[in-house]
Amino acid sequence: MRGDSSLAKVLTVTHMNRCIACYSCMLACSRVVYGHFSAAKSAIQIRTRGGLQSKLAANICIGCFGPPCAEACPEDALVARKGGGVRFHSDKCTGCRACVAACIADVIAFDEEDAKPIVCVQCGSCARFCPHGVLEMAKKPVEAQ
Amino acid sequence: MLNENRMRTLYIDLTNKTFRVEERHDLFDWLGGVGVATRLFSELVLPEADPLDPRQPIIFAIGPLTTIFPLVTKTVAVFRSPLTGHWGESYAGMRLAFALRFAGYDAVVITGTADRLGYAVISPEGVEFKDARRLKGLSTEETGRILRETEPGRGHRSTIRIGPSGERGVRFAGVNVDTYRHFGRMGLGAVMGAKNLKAVVVTGQESYPIADPKAYRKAYDQIFNQAVKTEIMDKYHGLGTPANVVPLNELGALPTRNLQSNRFERAADVSGEAFARENLVRKLACTGCPVGCIHVGLFRREFAEGYEYETVTLAYDHELIFALGIFLGLGTREGIFSLIEKVELLGLDAISSGVILGWMTEALEKGLITEGQVGTRLVFGEAEPYLVALDRLVEQPNELYATLARGLTAAVEKFGGADFACLLGGHEMAGYHTGYGFVLGQTVGGRHSHLCNGGYALDQERGILDDRDRMVRRLIAEEKWRQVLNSLCLCLFARNIYDEPTTEMALSSVGIEVSEERLRELGGRIFYLKLETKKRLGFRPDQVRFPKRYLETPTFQGRLDEEVLLDLHKRYLKQIGEL
Repeated sequence: MRGDSSLAKVLTVTHMNRCIACYSCMLACSRVVYGHFSAAKSAIQIRTRGGLQSKLAANICIGCFGPPCAEACPEDALVARKGGGVRFHSDKCTGCRACVAACIADVIAFDEEDAKPIVCVQCGSCARFCPHGVLEMAKKPVEAQ
Repeated sequence: MLNENRMRTLYIDLTNKTFRVEERHDLFDWLGGVGVATRLFSELVLPEADPLDPRQPIIFAIGPLTTIFPLVTKTVAVFRSPLTGHWGESYAGMRLAFALRFAGYDAVVITGTADRLGYAVISPEGVEFKDARRLKGLSTEETGRILRETEPGRGHRSTIRIGPSGERGVRFAGVNVDTYRHFGRMGLGAVMGAKNLKAVVVTGQESYPIADPKAYRKAYDQIFNQAVKTEIMDKYHGLGTPANVVPLNELGALPTRNLQSNRFERAADVSGEAFARENLVRKLACTGCPVGCIHVGLFRREFAEGYEYETVTLAYDHELIFALGIFLGLGTREGIFSLIEKVELLGLDAISSGVILGWMTEALEKGLITEGQVGTRLVFGEAEPYLVALDRLVEQPNELYATLARGLTAAVEKFGGADFACLLGGHEMAGYHTGYGFVLGQTVGGRHSHLCNGGYALDQERGILDDRDRMVRRLIAEEKWRQVLNSLCLCLFARNIYDEPTTEMALSSVGIEVSEERLRELGGRIFYLKLETKKRLGFRPDQVRFPKRYLETPTFQGRLDEEVLLDLHKRYLKQIGEL
């Protein structure tokens, strides 16, 4: 068995080569999670590797079990989530940036305007708006623990 | 500006290397895109000065829904066309609109000329003026690569640039936008070249709070679902625009060999199906479009014996297959790709280039021009000589090429052959020989494009010619409504999604309350301001020419009658109040 059925799903890039660079995922994250028209306020970041003739890349939260960002958070604003990744209690966050430094995937950006980190909360909005089957919410293999 | 009743307009003066931002409340009434650009251009154009005079303005604009709604992906450019001498208007997708949105500008006005070849970097902080002398003479691809490595903002910026053709003032030079899209038509590349402006990089990470998340998300989701979960956009994502090749051939509406024929015997070999089967390697989208109509094909070329290959990837579309293939009698995808590659690197407009090469081939056959002048023997169906001619159109080694570089209208004035020059409204034709609607539509359209009023689609309606006044009324109504769509700067492929109620709903969800009636009023207002401005620049709506070739080669509607065309034109003039 690849996943434990009792666990929640985490965001997964399943077919990066199918990305058409529409950026619907980034716009969805900023719209749904952050309430902004924005590409910066998005926990998923699509990038080219060397112009549009190159392949594309998605920088996403890798949904750690025992997430270092949560371990580093002194205020319990980031809490490990069953199934991998974190939940974010924005009201507890003081904007200390410990999570940004701690992230082993280097995917937590800091929103200077709100003085809070931009953290993936595994809501799946980006995957829901991916038109080409690049992203999906999947159970993280238990072996990854 | 999102959430604000004003247009944030960036004015760039290349001569003095200065810029300023104006918050224009008065422009809000023009909605955005072509409405705003038309208004700005009309304020700033100098009717007495040449189109390539450095003082002439280039206007770029995006719309109120840009990036924040699916398929609203275009940037409009308005300028004085060096090709026709009057109205220049062109649209490009890819990432430019997105970059302008998050750099925080609704419109950008560029005037003046750099003292030496330069490029500009636009960001929320303003404009940096940079030296581009190392980019002189470089192809659009190499220019893009260097700027990509020099400037920050990977993945979110936009880089628009001209190739050698724009630098050398070829009047149908376009502007390459982020590799796969272009401001192709009407010579914006030459206008940038005249300003010593090799490129513009746009970058920014601005954010805007959503005022009414519930209404906005409802509107967004409805439009997104229409785009990806219904059949409306299928053809654009599936085969893409080359899906047109086979049906147009079957209709007898495919301009072949300089429009000597309306059918191409090798259409199946260069059809959307053939390209998809043999060459398609990926699809891409303009930023903010979940459809993804950009079809990228792989072109493998054997350059020496011993299994020596080089490989390039190129975007292909109906217009390219038409202009650089079918119109030149080229029935191989390899031949078409080699011409597409050449046109891309030189930074030329594909349609004008192909139509000019078609005329040259026939003019050579007829003895109006000589092989000595051309420098090669152009023959329908052979790619190699066309590659030579394209280079020479840019190099302009003699009087023939210097004249051709000014466009086909200039060439026929000097060398004759107007009867078989495939021009409509002074502009090289698009790939639809469908009938009266297309010929009249491109002739009278504001920017002399098949996209002004969609005449080619009207031609395919049964009984459309039964009532000529009604047909003309439909053309005009369509062109006026498209002013609204182009003020939103959405992709016209999405015109069936953004009908009047949907457009009104989308605007309302972001706080712009405007009725359908008001939108229609706006469409008419832009239509007439454009016409009035064109007339100030010397355009005469009553002076038209329908080259004989359009009357000789049968269309989908059969052979066209000049009397009918002139009558339709007269009715058109009457309906727009010019008669």
